[in-house]
Parts: sequence; structure tokens; C-alpha cells
Amino acid sequence: MAESYRRSRWSNGLFVVPYLSVFLTLLVFPLGWGIWLSLNKVDLFGGERFIGLKNYARVLSDPIFGQAVKNTVIFVGVSVPTLVILGLFLALALNKTTKGSSFLRGVFFASSILSVTIVTLIWRIVFIPNDGLMSLIFNYFGWQPIGFLSTQGWSLFSVGVATVWWCIGLPMMLFLAALQQIPKDLYEAAALDNATRWRVLTRITLPSIKSTIMLVAVIQVVMQFQLFGQAQLMTNGGPAGSSRPIVMYIYEVGFLRWDIGMGAAASQILFLIILCAAMLQYWISTRKEEADA
Amino acid sequence: MKTLRYSPEHLTSNRRLFWIAAALGIIMMAPVAWIIGLSFKDNAELLRGTEAVFSLPYTLVNYTNILKSSSVFGWFMNSMIVAVGQTFGVLLLSSLAGYAFARLEFPFRKTLFIIVLFGLAVPEQAVIIARHQMFNWFDLHNTHIGLILPNLSSAFGVFLMTQFFRAIPKEIDEAAMLDNASTFRIFWKVLLPLTLPAQATLGIFTFLQAWNDYWWPLISATKADMYTLTIGIASSQTNFAQSEGLGFLGAQAVFASLPVVIVYIFFQRHIVTAVSGGAVK
Repeated sequence: MAESYRRSRWSNGLFVVPYLSVFLTLLVFPLGWGIWLSLNKVDLFGGERFIGLKNYARVLSDPIFGQAVKNTVIFVGVSVPTLVILGLFLALALNKTTKGSSFLRGVFFASSILSVTIVTLIWRIVFIPNDGLMSLIFNYFGWQPIGFLSTQGWSLFSVGVATVWWCIGLPMMLFLAALQQIPKDLYEAAALDNATRWRVLTRITLPSIKSTIMLVAVIQVVMQFQLFGQAQLMTNGGPAGSSRPIVMYIYEVGFLRWDIGMGAAASQILFLIILCAAMLQYWISTRKEEADA
Repeated sequence: MKTLRYSPEHLTSNRRLFWIAAALGIIMMAPVAWIIGLSFKDNAELLRGTEAVFSLPYTLVNYTNILKSSSVFGWFMNSMIVAVGQTFGVLLLSSLAGYAFARLEFPFRKTLFIIVLFGLAVPEQAVIIARHQMFNWFDLHNTHIGLILPNLSSAFGVFLMTQFFRAIPKEIDEAAMLDNASTFRIFWKVLLPLTLPAQATLGIFTFLQAWNDYWWPLISATKADMYTLTIGIASSQTNFAQSEGLGFLGAQAVFASLPVVIVYIFFQRHIVTAVSGGAVK
């Protein structure tokens, strides 16, 4: 009897059929269909006409898309290092069993459970001119108030502040989990050698969690490339498109202008960019490790 | 006998860092305190200046207005239906698949599992336009089922449940086999009860994701009475400040976050396991 349980049988595969059918219809098929759509000129009321790579050419030559790519790359380039460094700092500072540390860990993680609409609602009410918390603070110190959400240069920055506030919990928690896995005897040995804190940090702690630092960076690059809700709700991409990210471009082309073929092409380009960025980071990290070894 | 200048504990903990983190924590909480403060203030008073937050009187009028306003309550119910439906769907599909991938043998098992893992790498943007068209064909937009279905395809749950089923000792199902139990009985009566903590972890995680989902409901639920709370609140943000007043907006934010905050307070440990455990392993 026990033998038959362990034997390979088609009927055992029935357990995966429900999930696989959902997986195929709602993920694999739309992925393929989306690629097909990107190669077609699509009319809203049925009917596609194959036009090859023309949609891609249209997207790539669209200056608005170029600006969106630039905005997104700047956004990722600034927000990801901020999240990694701040997350690492918080994990190092709060890696203790005291009540105060555990309370603060709860505080820094709490914002991650809020929805993007709540986060943007909160930050819009903080940033609004005249009545916002920021204006109150600026007035108190007698500084000239800034229209954070409506000034070029500040709008993307403000979106970034809200994003870091929203996302900081996950990097911190991942770093904490990694710190707790470092063997204690490494630190005991360091204490015997009268090592300083700085040497312990740079020679023991950081090298031990190198792979987690990489993991956090890759997760954040993938996540932050998908910036959408914060920008759409806080600045609507403005002023003059200076805070419009790629996903918002896809949304506008695909669901407001209903140019489905072009929207699909833009989303495949984003997919490719994310894949390349993640792979590039992975490649750099493995190469470095080999060089170190 | 060598004397130690520093203890091992001293080397890894630093009081100054802790106080910097505490100061950052206050900055972290300030915006939330600001919104909660506004939510208890009369809108007419806030119109004259928001410094009023720092002084009496406070009022509950914004919260009673929410309960009176039928749309917010309807949105709340839509979010509940979608989040609960999605949670049960994901738990069911992931448990069945996770069990088979972790414990059973069948043709193409490894290949199928690798294909599913590739699903983890596909971002929503790559499929959302095609999905929107498909749901058009079957007239599923502006329905609860249409809001629930897409995220059931997420591979994360299957991945997580496979890990959990693998961690259960093999002797347990071998003992059940000797009792001549069928494969389904072993799954249902013997192993599934052992995965309850894992079910809680995945369930809470899925609930939060569903509750906070933004892009799909934004394009699928276009009728105001099918909005989820996330979309409803986004729609009332567009005519910001003028119409309803900052106090009312603040109260909306607090009201909409209550379910997730309650879930967070009671199940913090599970949430942390779900988000970090899934990524580290």
C-alpha cells in the first residue's frame, strides 16, 4: 500500500490541476496574448491587424515615453539605494530584544500594510500648500513654503519620500532576519581579538549578509520600476510630465487613449527593462563574489 | 587570562544608533498623527487654518458622516467580499498544488514546478492589458468575481505552501498509508491540519494584498457602486479638499485602514514571516 502512495501516478497530478488551469488562463495566456497584441494594430471593437514591430517603434520614438523612462530610472536610482541603506541602518540599530526596539520595528513596518491610496492621501495632506503639515513647519521656522507636488524637481522627490515611507518595512525586516542568522561565535572571537565596532561591522557583519543586501536591492529595483499609484494620485505625473513613470504611461496609452497595441508594446518593454535590471544586478554581485574569492 | 575590552554584545549594539532610529520613528509617525488629528476636527474650523489641530474642540462628526454616506460603506463591503474571496481561493488552490508538488510523484512534476516558479517573475504590467480584454469577452468587469480572479494566478502561494508541506516529516504520511488511507484523505485529514500556521500566514498576506490592490480594480471596476475602498478613496481624492474638507478625508483614511491595522496588530508575527520568509528561503 505504502508503495502505491510513493509511486508516480497521473492521478496524483489532479491536485495541481485547479491551480494550473488558473495559472494557464490568467497568467500564461495573457502573457502570450499581450505579446501578440503588441504586434497588432487593435481596434477597440474587435479586429486586429498584424503590423509587426511598428508599435514598438512608435513607443520608442515617443518623447513622452522617453521622459517617463528617464523619470523612472532617476526614481529607481535614488529610491533603491535609500531604501537599502536606511533599511540596513534600522536593522542594525534595532537588532535587539528590548521592548523599545520591538516597538520601533513595529512602527517602521506598519506603513507597509497600508494601501497606496491611503499613503498618498496622507502625504498629499502633508504636502498641500498653505494647510499641509510641511507648510506649518516651514512657516514656523519662517522659511519660504514650497509647492512640493506642483513644482518641477520637487514633485518626483515628494513621490519618492512617500514611497520610502511606505516601503521601508520590508528591507528592514529582511536585514533583521539575516542579522539573526550570523553565528554568535564570530562576535565572541572578535571580542577576544579586541576588535572595534567599525571593524566588526565591516569585516564580519556586512560580509555575512552580502547575499541579503543583493536580494533586497533586486526586490526593490523590481518593485520601484513598477511605480504607479503614488505618482498618479499625488502629482498625476505633473507638472509637465516631470513625475510620470513608465507604468503610468502604459495606463494612459492603454486605458485612457485605448491604444491597446501601443500600450501592450510599452508594457513588454517595461517587462524587458525589469528583467535586464534584475539580471544585471545579479550578474554584478556574482562576479564580485568570484573576484573576492 | 586575557581581559576583554568589549563584550560581544557591546560590539553589535549601539545606543546612539538606537536613539537615531527612535528619532526617525517619530518622523515616521508624524504624518499619521497629523491625519488622525485632522479626522477629529470640524471641517469649517480647518478651513480657517489647520493649526486648529493642536487645540480643542475635537469632534466625531466626520466619522458619523462616513457611516451616513452610503457609498463609503458599500465600497467597504466590496473590498471585504473581494479580499475574503481571494484569500479562500488562494488558500485552496495553493494547498492542493503545494501538497502535490511537495509530497507526491506524478509525470512532469519537476517541469511543471519550474514553470510555475517562472510565473513569479512576471509583473502585473506584462499581462494587464490582455487580461482586461479577456474579461471584456466574458463580461466580467464590474463584478466581484472579476475582481477576485486575476490574483488567484499568483505563484507566490504555491511556492510558499510547497515549502511548508516539504517541512512536514515524511513519517507522518507513511503512518497514514499503513492505515490504507487514500491520497486525498491523507491530504485532507492528516497533513492539512498540520499546515494551519502556514495557512494563517499565507491567508493574512493574501488578505492584505487583496485589500490594498490598486491597478486591477482601477481598470476593472469602473462603476461607482463596484468600487473597492481603495478605488473609492482614490476617486474622492481627485476633488481634493474643496468638497468634503480635510477632516472628512482624514476620517476616510482612518476608516479605510482600520481592518488592515487590526489584522496587523493581532497577526504581526505571521505577516513578518510571510513577507520575509518567502523572500529569504
